[in-house]
Amino acid sequence: MEEKQITVLDLISLELKEQNALDLHCIGGRAGLSRPIAVPDINRPGLPLSGFFESFAWQRLHIFGRGENAFLHRLEEEGNTESLRKFFSYPVPACIFTHNLTPGKSFFEIAEGSGCPILQTDLASSELTSRILRVLSDLFAPETTVHGVLVEVYGIGILITGDSGVGKSETALELIERGHRLVADDVVEIRCVNGSILMGQGANKIIGHHMEIRGLGIINITNLFGVGAIRDKKQIQLVCSLEEWDPDKVYDRIGVEEKTTEILGVRVPTLEIPVKPGRNIPIIVETAAMNERLKKMGYHSAKEFNQNILRWLESESARAVYFNRDDYI
Amino acid sequence: MTERSVTISNRAGIHARPSALIVQTASKFPCKVWLEKGSDRINAKSIMGIMTLGASYGTAIRIVTDGADEESAAEAILHLFETRFEEE
Repeated sequence: MEEKQITVLDLISLELKEQNALDLHCIGGRAGLSRPIAVPDINRPGLPLSGFFESFAWQRLHIFGRGENAFLHRLEEEGNTESLRKFFSYPVPACIFTHNLTPGKSFFEIAEGSGCPILQTDLASSELTSRILRVLSDLFAPETTVHGVLVEVYGIGILITGDSGVGKSETALELIERGHRLVADDVVEIRCVNGSILMGQGANKIIGHHMEIRGLGIINITNLFGVGAIRDKKQIQLVCSLEEWDPDKVYDRIGVEEKTTEILGVRVPTLEIPVKPGRNIPIIVETAAMNERLKKMGYHSAKEFNQNILRWLESESARAVYFNRDDYI
Repeated sequence: MTERSVTISNRAGIHARPSALIVQTASKFPCKVWLEKGSDRINAKSIMGIMTLGASYGTAIRIVTDGADEESAAEAILHLFETRFEEE
């Protein structure tokens, strides 16, 4: 499969809200918006501007704050463009000016001549730095798509997987009816954020939350159940794998051993749930979610039960030993 | 594993009716059937997957099948694309 390439235009056109917004707009070198961003990192170009180009990380996005901009204006006054020309001899992906700062005329000429886009934002440099690093690490996060339904049940993100026709969508529909939330039906896009968190979301936000139910066709969940029944993205914390009941297969009866599924290198607790007519799958998924929450709070039902059994057996045998002693009065 | 490449030649792209045709055809075969567009891969037996793939006119699609009967499954799906889903 082909690798996706991220361009400067992709970065500008991202739909980010509130504390994630970058507020970037292009103020020059529009033709360069198609330049690719190769590394999820930024650079403050103080040293190269002053003429020091050793270990110059030109592949990164370059952020010009008040200091850099003041220096640029000084260079402009002096008519010194040597270091700027050298700077733009590298295929720099983009230059970003914070605080809505604007560089001098010569900067525009040289940057546009080399095909480098110039962006501007009203954010402060430190704020932009932290936001853009977060956004870039999200963009560069490993990604995969999985066939299944992602629902949020009692705050736990559950990925329901299984073959076509096993009843994933029907299970999700019943869960929604019971007041839980749909994140994505059928195609779940998963990103591994921070190397350990799996974020799942629908493949296409514009199309919204729809489901296909056999016999009904395509239904709009938002319109039918309201905005309370949907969610944009959710961390995947549990996988429920639905499968046709196989009489020869041994299913977990105790739940002390934990199975996991590996997605993008992250292990997610997994339950294999056999499906057979008359089995109420939604209530099993609901209980699994509550059980998962208990486990997170440090209470493991199956292990606790087993501990109690062991303690009881121990005290019983202790009693037996005590009462059967020969020297007992 | 069998692979076929095809470019979408019906003007409207893959909307509801073509998706339903693809799912119907793919579900007749026991093997796994996927459609790939760029780096996205979706299950061709799921209608929502195909519709949300966003396959418009001129998009290059790869048909990938794996399992029993994979050759004839790939050919049957390819035939649908080539006959423009009996449209136009």
